[in-house]
Amino acid sequence: MHELAVTESVLDIALRHARQANASRVTDIYLVIGRLSSIVDESVQFYWELIAEDTICQHAKLHFKRIPARLRCLDCNQEFDINGNLSPCPQCGSFHLQIIGGEEFYVESILVEK
Amino acid sequence: MSPTRVPVVEKILDANDQIAQQNRALLDRSKTLAVNIMASPGAGKTTFILKTLEAMRAKYRMAVIEGDTAPVTIDADKVSALGLPVVQINTGGDCHLDAVMLHTGLQSLPLQEIDILLIENVGNLICPAAFKLGSHLNLLVASIPEGDDKPYKYPNMYRGLDVLVINKMDMLPYLDFNMPYFLQGVEILNPGLKSFPVSAKTGEGMVAWLDWLDEVVQKHRQNDH
Repeated sequence: MHELAVTESVLDIALRHARQANASRVTDIYLVIGRLSSIVDESVQFYWELIAEDTICQHAKLHFKRIPARLRCLDCNQEFDINGNLSPCPQCGSFHLQIIGGEEFYVESILVEK
Repeated sequence: MSPTRVPVVEKILDANDQIAQQNRALLDRSKTLAVNIMASPGAGKTTFILKTLEAMRAKYRMAVIEGDTAPVTIDADKVSALGLPVVQINTGGDCHLDAVMLHTGLQSLPLQEIDILLIENVGNLICPAAFKLGSHLNLLVASIPEGDDKPYKYPNMYRGLDVLVINKMDMLPYLDFNMPYFLQGVEILNPGLKSFPVSAKTGEGMVAWLDWLDEVVQKHRQNDH
């Protein structure tokens, strides 16, 4: 549901950096989004086509780099990725875990034409 | 001409976070403690807020900001009936409050005369978690009828919490709610999270929450910002 607000922020960021680079057009936008961020790619894409119209970002392609949720076991130090449900340490079964990745949520770079 | 890569590395919601910082500064100037109260629809946020107001109002000056998706003043009216300041923010269909909306709400309250500000966020477990407001405490009212799998399904919400209220404890005997499983999920996402099992309706467990809040407010007011 909050993908509209997120997409608007992506557009603001892309336009600001494009202007600073004196770009005439933005062709690609690279997003890094961790598995633990609740964002639906298709939904961002849908809003993108609507709001990027008539800007220098029109027709820019969105690339989503998804980072898996990565956990470290605080009992045996094992590190592991999870893509589905939160699960115990695969090595020792402990639930004493620390989340060390998967919460990324940023614009990494844009490709522009001068 | 081949395109040029421009490195950005900027958090997507950075603009919101910056306004949240301004909100925090504004609140700190008047030493107002702000609590962002989140929950799914029907978890009992409003009852929990009303009971907290009733118990604390003799000691502290309290106010409420009500976030609602539609211009329905049911919740705001209940606070207003207690004779306390309340501001309603209509999110215009948006599923969450954001820092700009809270900023607008703060402008219309006499912050110098408020010790505790309770912010009732829109009923939703996904979106409010992504938008910082600048509050001092992020609180979730979870409830027994929602089921024990919610931490697993809404990890973001549980990650960002400072305090968890588990409401409707009076319904525990009637429902298949596996408390150890629920708490295990909470512990993975937010180790050591302060939790209060309560029933806002019967009053069970509320004293522990109110004592804790009282302590937090006192500490907050002693701190020089």
